Amino acid sequence: MTLAPASPEITPEIVAEHGLSPEEYERILAILGRAPNLVELGIFSVMWSEHCSYKSSRKHLSKFPTKAPWVVQGPGENAGVVDIGEGLVAVFKMESHNHPSFIEPYQGAATGVGGILRDVFTMGARPVALLDALRFGDPSHPKTRHLVHGVVAGIGGYGNCVGVPTVGGECTFHHAYNGNILVNVMCVGIARKDRVFYAKASGVGNPVVYVGAKTGRDGIHGATMASAEFSEATEAKRPTVQVGDPFTEKLLIEACLELMEKDCIVAIQDMGAAGLTSSSFEMADRGGAGIELDLDRVPLREAGMTPYEIMLSESQERMLMVLEEGREGEAMAVFRKWGLDCAVIGRVTDTGRMVLRWRGEVVANVPVAPVSGASPVYDRPSEPSPRRVPIAASDREAVLPHRQALLRLIGSPDLCSKRWIFEQYDHMVMGDTVQRPGGDAAVVRVHGTNRGLALATDCTPRYCQADPHMGGMQAVAESWRNLVATGARPLAITNCLNFGSPERPRIMGQLIGCIEGMAAACRALDYPVVSGNVSLYNETDGNAILPTPNVGGVGLIEDLGRMVGIAWQEPDLVLVLLGECLGWLGSSLYWQVILGRDDGAPPPVDLAAERRNGEFVLRQIAAGRVRACHDLSDGGLAVAVAEMCLASGMGAALHVPSDVPSTAGWLFGEDQGRYLLAVRDEDVRPLLQAAAEAGVLAREVGRTGGGALILRDEEPISLQELRAVHEGWLPGYMAAAAEV
Amino acid sequence: MRAAVITFPGSNCDRDLAVAMEAVFGRPVQRVWHQQAELPPLDVIGVPGGFSYGDYLRCGAMAARSPVMREVIRRAAEGVAVIGICNGFQILTEAGLLPGALVRNAGLKFVCRPVELEVATTASVFTKGYGLHERIVLPVAHHDGNYVIDTDGLKRLQDEDRVAFRYRDNPNGSTDDIAGVLGGPKRNVLGLMPHPERAIEPLLGGSDGRALFQSLLEAFG
Repeated sequence: MTLAPASPEITPEIVAEHGLSPEEYERILAILGRAPNLVELGIFSVMWSEHCSYKSSRKHLSKFPTKAPWVVQGPGENAGVVDIGEGLVAVFKMESHNHPSFIEPYQGAATGVGGILRDVFTMGARPVALLDALRFGDPSHPKTRHLVHGVVAGIGGYGNCVGVPTVGGECTFHHAYNGNILVNVMCVGIARKDRVFYAKASGVGNPVVYVGAKTGRDGIHGATMASAEFSEATEAKRPTVQVGDPFTEKLLIEACLELMEKDCIVAIQDMGAAGLTSSSFEMADRGGAGIELDLDRVPLREAGMTPYEIMLSESQERMLMVLEEGREGEAMAVFRKWGLDCAVIGRVTDTGRMVLRWRGEVVANVPVAPVSGASPVYDRPSEPSPRRVPIAASDREAVLPHRQALLRLIGSPDLCSKRWIFEQYDHMVMGDTVQRPGGDAAVVRVHGTNRGLALATDCTPRYCQADPHMGGMQAVAESWRNLVATGARPLAITNCLNFGSPERPRIMGQLIGCIEGMAAACRALDYPVVSGNVSLYNETDGNAILPTPNVGGVGLIEDLGRMVGIAWQEPDLVLVLLGECLGWLGSSLYWQVILGRDDGAPPPVDLAAERRNGEFVLRQIAAGRVRACHDLSDGGLAVAVAEMCLASGMGAALHVPSDVPSTAGWLFGEDQGRYLLAVRDEDVRPLLQAAAEAGVLAREVGRTGGGALILRDEEPISLQELRAVHEGWLPGYMAAAAEV
Repeated sequence: MRAAVITFPGSNCDRDLAVAMEAVFGRPVQRVWHQQAELPPLDVIGVPGGFSYGDYLRCGAMAARSPVMREVIRRAAEGVAVIGICNGFQILTEAGLLPGALVRNAGLKFVCRPVELEVATTASVFTKGYGLHERIVLPVAHHDGNYVIDTDGLKRLQDEDRVAFRYRDNPNGSTDDIAGVLGGPKRNVLGLMPHPERAIEPLLGGSDGRALFQSLLEAFG
């Protein structure tokens, strides 16, 4: 067996163009015992890219707790798996598509949706929900409108067509994302527990089958692009963005799920970042096997593609699977029914090597384990963020009447209604969306049962910037609260860690701080991490994004009859506030939007209180005492009650206790671990008594009813005015785009 | 009651429609693949929503020419009840079973939200369970739901009382606020953009779609 010669000769320049350091190249030489050819160099380049190898973060990711009795599969597979009862499991993951979405927002976002869907159905799960955590630059930045427009259209264009409801997510704006927007997509699927599929190649002689779209020249080196900083010249990378075809994806979902019923799949893996390379290496590595591929058999979209291009293409809507020998015919019949291209392109071997043949020559021959399993791991130097001083709550900061402050907050880009976005997404297809976008968490019914999955994405990047450790804890705690507020028992999270360049100690410090804070919260709340993704190098010309570790939470509602929403259905309910109110304004949205300041320590998270308060809420919901519930987060109590009024179509009156040090702090402070409950008169006393027994702080703060929101003795805010302000900003902002 | 729902490549409301029909009809609904050229005896045929063939040509144009549609056209002529929802409505217009066409929403964006409708006629097997001018709420979810028809065609629809539903607050620019129209020799073909199958239980936000399936059940038992 002869190897095609290195052509062209590998020079230091070629190595550098592939994003590999001289030390990494030395390592390649040692692994191979010779110089690689260009195909092999390309393989190492993508497999050892930050995007695929997690080389800067892996050391720290191991700090996450990943186990619990209900966890079926933790990190390391295509997606995480948790038990949801009745013989079913939830399969979920979140992933970034930041760099492509900035360059080409429609296709970048669309293919982000496609990729995460494949991660979920490749495990045998039918995707049932999508969520999107979006972070854009300052609204006044010239690119922002265009990016919002393209990203939202791309997510809708893909998700609507494949027929998976987009049920929730977030969308916020900050100038730190001007040059690097974040598009993080989460997908949740449901599978039978005894029918989960993994990506472990095994069985010498078993056929390796390619199915789905043909391979083209799109997306070559996408994973490498996602592992480098941006500069002004980034526009030139547009050709590295892939193009999505949701119709093919829909066929692929149906065909794969149909084939999975036949028990002939040994292993299955989608071709995501780094395409055929990563899918084949990862399957071989997980199974401790080797693979031989005949690249002449790969279905190609265009003639004249080289082995290098075939291996590095990131064409979308492709899957790789290992079948049981002799079952190829059954599989082909299913794929033909769905009109999909498929081909046997290789076999499993026991050599532990990846051997690629093309036109009668071996064009690559590398050991699998060192490429996928033994990629470099860096312990990069880190530096903590400077500590910030807490800001004392004080009425001196009330520069505006509180009603004006509330209106400004509720109409601000971060807190305004995102209806303009979610009405472009089909959030009801599949007929199981029980809580639609706009509440604390979305709830989808587990099809054919009376159970529900509560789903939310959360992160408060300004807290993470102010104090990475506390911000990390807060992201997990808020996720947990959002699920609890619907009556769901939080099960596990996926995450997507978005940061700047890990080669800068300050950024590395943010990454480590956030991970450690998240890990602490996950442990304290029994809320393990089962899957995740890291996106580094989110910076342009040296300006990094805010540290943004997005958390995607999944919780279980065992009886949808006991579910709670943020809308109260009746007047004259008592509003009860749970949790301690110190009036924390440092790093709050009030601070930012009303006072134009971003200083101060973020609110501390007391994990013991979080758990105590959340478990108390769940017990009260189970006891049937809670008519509506909302967690308190951005904008504090006043914003929460305003959101509840809008969802209910009914007003409320809020009084302010005389003993609070600051009215602004009481109304807009962002103290953690808090919930606002609407309770019937007769349930108030038992609830307050139970709270006292549980050591949970609780007090009456208002009453529902009427057509206006009344803050203490200030002029009432009519629901019409509240709604107009809340609904107004985003459509107004986007409409202005048409005039440009 | 013998009912079937057709699946085209890219259909994505086929399961939802079958589930809703089964919930109201109380018996199994047959699932039919688009390449099936023959159909068993049926009372009701459902043409579901979705993105058949990716909507890469005109919406519904490819599906309208699939083998099963030849049979659906024949059955419609015999008086079998045919209901096309969303993409199904587009397919029925492309197949010539209903007049007019559905083009891009006036707002140019996909729109998914509950809308208020007025029941414009109760003279059909689909709508006789509603009150005349009754206001109901059903969700829409489409990019191409803007119903267009020429003046003569519109006059004919109006004269023959074939507008089934009208939008109260037109979400897509449809001519005469039309949300659904009737056709067929016995007013036995209905196409509509809103999704009655998404509104059959309060847990999902409403049950105003139930009466449509209930009407069919009463007609065919």
